[in-house]
Amino acid sequence: MPEKIIESCNVKRLEVLDEKGNADESLMPPFSDEQIKKMYELLILSRTFDQRALNLQREGRLGTYASILGQEASQIGSAFALEKSDWIFPSFREMGVYITMGYPLYMLFQYWSGDERGVKCPDDLNIFPVCVPVGTQLPHAVGAAMGVKYRGDKKAVACYFGDGGTSEGDFHEGMNFAGVFKLPVVFICQNNHWAISVPREKQTASKTIAQKAFAYGFEGIQVDGNDVFAVYKAAREALEKAKKDNGPTLIECFTYRMSDHTTADDAIRYRSKEEVEAWRAKDPILRLKLFMEKKGLWNNQYQTDVESKAKETVDEAVKREEAIEHPEPKDMFTFTYEKLTQRQMRQMKEL
Amino acid sequence: MPKLNMVQAINLALKEEMQRDKNVVLLGEDVGKDGGVFRITEGLIDEFGAERVIDTPLAESVIAGAAIGMALYGLKPVAEIQFMGFIYPAIDQIFSHASRIRSRSRGRFTCSLVIRTPYGAGIKAPELHSESSEALFCHMPGIKVIVPSSPYNAKGLLISSIRDPDPVIFLESTRLYRSLKEEVPEGEYTIPLGKARVVREGSAVTLLAWGSMLHRTLQAIEDIDAEVIDLMTLNPLDEETILKSVKKTGRVVIVHEAPKTCGFGAELSATIAEDAMLHLKAPIMRVTGYDVVLPLPKLEDFYIPTAARIKKAIEEVMKY
Repeated sequence: MPEKIIESCNVKRLEVLDEKGNADESLMPPFSDEQIKKMYELLILSRTFDQRALNLQREGRLGTYASILGQEASQIGSAFALEKSDWIFPSFREMGVYITMGYPLYMLFQYWSGDERGVKCPDDLNIFPVCVPVGTQLPHAVGAAMGVKYRGDKKAVACYFGDGGTSEGDFHEGMNFAGVFKLPVVFICQNNHWAISVPREKQTASKTIAQKAFAYGFEGIQVDGNDVFAVYKAAREALEKAKKDNGPTLIECFTYRMSDHTTADDAIRYRSKEEVEAWRAKDPILRLKLFMEKKGLWNNQYQTDVESKAKETVDEAVKREEAIEHPEPKDMFTFTYEKLTQRQMRQMKEL
Repeated sequence: MPKLNMVQAINLALKEEMQRDKNVVLLGEDVGKDGGVFRITEGLIDEFGAERVIDTPLAESVIAGAAIGMALYGLKPVAEIQFMGFIYPAIDQIFSHASRIRSRSRGRFTCSLVIRTPYGAGIKAPELHSESSEALFCHMPGIKVIVPSSPYNAKGLLISSIRDPDPVIFLESTRLYRSLKEEVPEGEYTIPLGKARVVREGSAVTLLAWGSMLHRTLQAIEDIDAEVIDLMTLNPLDEETILKSVKKTGRVVIVHEAPKTCGFGAELSATIAEDAMLHLKAPIMRVTGYDVVLPLPKLEDFYIPTAARIKKAIEEVMKY
């Protein structure tokens, strides 16, 4: 018997906005001018927040911090497609997602300054605390999606992770569950090309990350992760699909970590300046600015206004955070269990 | 009142809790049509459907992790890990997340779930089907560890575990599953978590045991005036009941199936030494599994503490 092809996979890549600010109108989501401006303002706010966090860390006013520089479009574009009632499971490099969802900025500073109260999610949002162990949030997203499906709720679950996360066992187990149970979950992989010092090529021999979804029986798509319109479009469609009970999607946002892994890292040890410079031209904010300028939505005055508003917002957040009283030592006991154990009560007295 | 074995009692607890609360869902390998390899969930898929009795892919980490996600969403998942020797891939999820989510989110998100798993040697099972790794879980703040010793307390403790607001590891002795029957009432009753049970009062020596070792311990006492305590909950520990007894008897023998080094007996022993040292008349003795890789069935009976070994330890402390 002759051998025959019984299955094959094609991987789509979506790009809407190029580096010169030209958009493919046929693919352009139906945004109002106000929405485009809103996205631009979120991009600027996120970058301003990020820059301030790095500065505060250098001044010893913040702990180790993981910069989002270069990845803003992947985060703002995808989060812009989410609703407040959706459930979000981030990793540790998603400050742009928190900011887009309206998470209080001062609380983000509070978390990174080493105060757990900063990740107590406000009641009107369902965004989970920063997840430090890489890839371990995929199973939670899947379980929450099982809950959504069981109750028949019209919600979706978004799960963020990076290219490094795709090497973890929990990536496989989570993706597999999502496919088997056809769950309303959108996996958003920010392929920023570096997991600390290990390049994308050493995480996986797959040509793309998007194609991994194929093996789990659902769609994967690669988008230009520095193109806020493409990311939004892919996320929006995947979320709508999830809410119609048509199953999961993997979105690979093809982007780049412009900064060090964290403030405790020095990327110059393992990657070239040329590589970083080449990505600088693909900056997500720059290309949206060029687009808006052509559309008459951007001018120097607008830029100054947006920047000063972002600075003011961040200044206020820092001021508010730094005025918060140090947590009570006893606070470390309070949330271990619903009720303190006898032993904990005795231990607390030592403080 | 019907006499049930532990399999039937646990099945009844699950069934009644599922009837009572639609949020209770089961998940695990083979828990659906097969009813689980020990038949604990037998018949439940027929009554509650595949949406609530979920046969999962073979993947322990995501079984625990998805249970966490379901609990975060407000369901009450009861996950089964097929054997305790297979729970290790799930430990990352249990330790890194289930135990911490209440604290990390300052109470905004909680993780009310139960992970049931059969533990212990003595049923001639293959490698890694016989572990008793309870101490690992007791070392992780945020987790509760429950080990029933009889059909009656298995049902009451499981109902309490399902209703508990915190994550519970529920360990079921494979050797006890079908080896004893007792009267188990229909309808709900709960046994509080965090409370030990004085099984037999006495004044000469305190014997501390849980799960299957309780029965070995009871076989060993014969005419000795021993006080026997079934811990039932290992974490949070009922220190009050233990210390009260030790202060009365002045002698302690701790019995567990897990290896001695860093076994839960070490914690009990240290607790007693810290809080009741001056009441002791004899050194604290531990009768435990050996510090070896658990042997395959031909040698397992030599590994598991026997009534004779327990008796010898009791005689030893009675010399003082």
